[in-house]
Amino acid sequence: MKRLLSSAVFFAALLLAWHCLALAKIWSPVLLPDPLSVWDYFRSAALDGTLLDATLVTLRRLLSGYGIALLLGIPVGMLTARFRFMEDTAGVLALGLQTLPSVCWVPLALVWFGQTEGAMLFVVVMGSLWSVIISTDNGIRNVPPIFARAARTMGAKQFYTWTRVILPASAPFVVSGMKQGWAFAWRSLMAAEIFVTILTGFGLGQLLDFGRNLHAMDQVIAVMFVIVLIGLLVDKILFSPIEHFLHRRWGTGRA
Amino acid sequence: MSVQDELKTVPPAKLLIEGVSKSFVTRSGTVCALDHISLQINEGDFVCLVGPSGCGKSTLLNIIAGLEIPDEGRTLMDGKPVTQPGRDRMVMFQEPALFPWLDVLGNVLFGLRLKPNLNDKERREVARFYLRLVGLEDFAHSNIHELSGGMKQRAALARSLAPNPRVLLMDEPFAALDALTREQLYGDIQRIWAERAKTIVFVTHNVREAACLGNRVILFSPHPGRVREEFHIDLPHPRDINSVELAKHASRITRALRGYVDAPETELGAE
Repeated sequence: MKRLLSSAVFFAALLLAWHCLALAKIWSPVLLPDPLSVWDYFRSAALDGTLLDATLVTLRRLLSGYGIALLLGIPVGMLTARFRFMEDTAGVLALGLQTLPSVCWVPLALVWFGQTEGAMLFVVVMGSLWSVIISTDNGIRNVPPIFARAARTMGAKQFYTWTRVILPASAPFVVSGMKQGWAFAWRSLMAAEIFVTILTGFGLGQLLDFGRNLHAMDQVIAVMFVIVLIGLLVDKILFSPIEHFLHRRWGTGRA
Repeated sequence: MSVQDELKTVPPAKLLIEGVSKSFVTRSGTVCALDHISLQINEGDFVCLVGPSGCGKSTLLNIIAGLEIPDEGRTLMDGKPVTQPGRDRMVMFQEPALFPWLDVLGNVLFGLRLKPNLNDKERREVARFYLRLVGLEDFAHSNIHELSGGMKQRAALARSLAPNPRVLLMDEPFAALDALTREQLYGDIQRIWAERAKTIVFVTHNVREAACLGNRVILFSPHPGRVREEFHIDLPHPRDINSVELAKHASRITRALRGYVDAPETELGAE
């Protein structure tokens, strides 16, 4: 309760400081809008459906790209952990490309795919795939070998051992990798949406960029809030329950 | 009772170890862990393999389990060569090796799920039976990290017993436990051995523990691992680790062990 209160006071103070700064008119209101005008934009855009439409377009892109990254990344991570050959090839590739900021994929995506949904998808997949591979690989390597031995003595064969022992045993790592992959996918999609203007869908990133073109900073800031909000909600709805379960079972961390 | 009866008649050889050798390549060269070991283990035996670290007793256990393949020689179980792990020979390791993503019941069920000819209800019944046997019936839905060290080994014991193996292979299972917990488990394992008519091969470096549990104590010496001597402990079960009778046997074995190795006393566990 006390912690909630200190958070609330902190953010209220932050808003108030912002409001006073805007009132002081040190900068032009075009550059630094009042929080109230941001709220006004937010309300009108939420009411006329602009925000909802943009959010749906963005989430659709995000989920498909992230889904592909998981479907590819987890099996490839398992393979790089298991086979020396895969470790020396795909594993090294993943390590190298993970260091590449995802926005660097945008020029290539534009040339290869043009201004299409394909370009978006490509950037998102490239942004998140590598970290999913690496943390899956890492998770599997961290499974104590005694688990697999114990399973073998109980009559488990290769496939059963992988699906029922090694994968669940590496779950804490895999889930944190999925979370990291999600964060990367989210960042790369915003980069892609700002840089790739396409007509098949108007996402949050484009709404943000559109606001910049109109010099409507209230719009820009409101969209930024929405982006933060979605990030927080996904964390709370998608990852928190899983993490909570893992912490409880493994006896790690809080809970 | 049935075990004692069985021991009076001449039972058929359960496990036959014939000329087993095994070496490991390490950075400092090749280490001969086992040098032509031959051993016969009978139905209902409680055999303790004793020796200082490096004498290959755990390696031998892993070979019987089918987890490792010997360089030379072979192991026969009921006349059939051992080539891979099997549910007729369950292993209990020094660390409990329980799966942290499952609760206690889930762990005990793990081995049972791989056993054919049982439906789900029967599996649960069997799992509960063994949890009761080791005194963990109230902890079926506990998480592994919530258990104490002794309870973890009890859960591991229940998991090993659940598929109803005829041979139980135990690799220093109580080494990491405190003395009081260990004494309780000595009682439990003797009771289970008698009640469930198991053949047990038990690896330890603690002579007193070996004398307390085994009806046969087999002495190993290291570098290379060889069988040196065998002792028959004919005290009735259940035995108390603190009894004077037992101490006599233990000191006899310790004396013999000192003759073979110049290991520090602490390592021989002559406490």
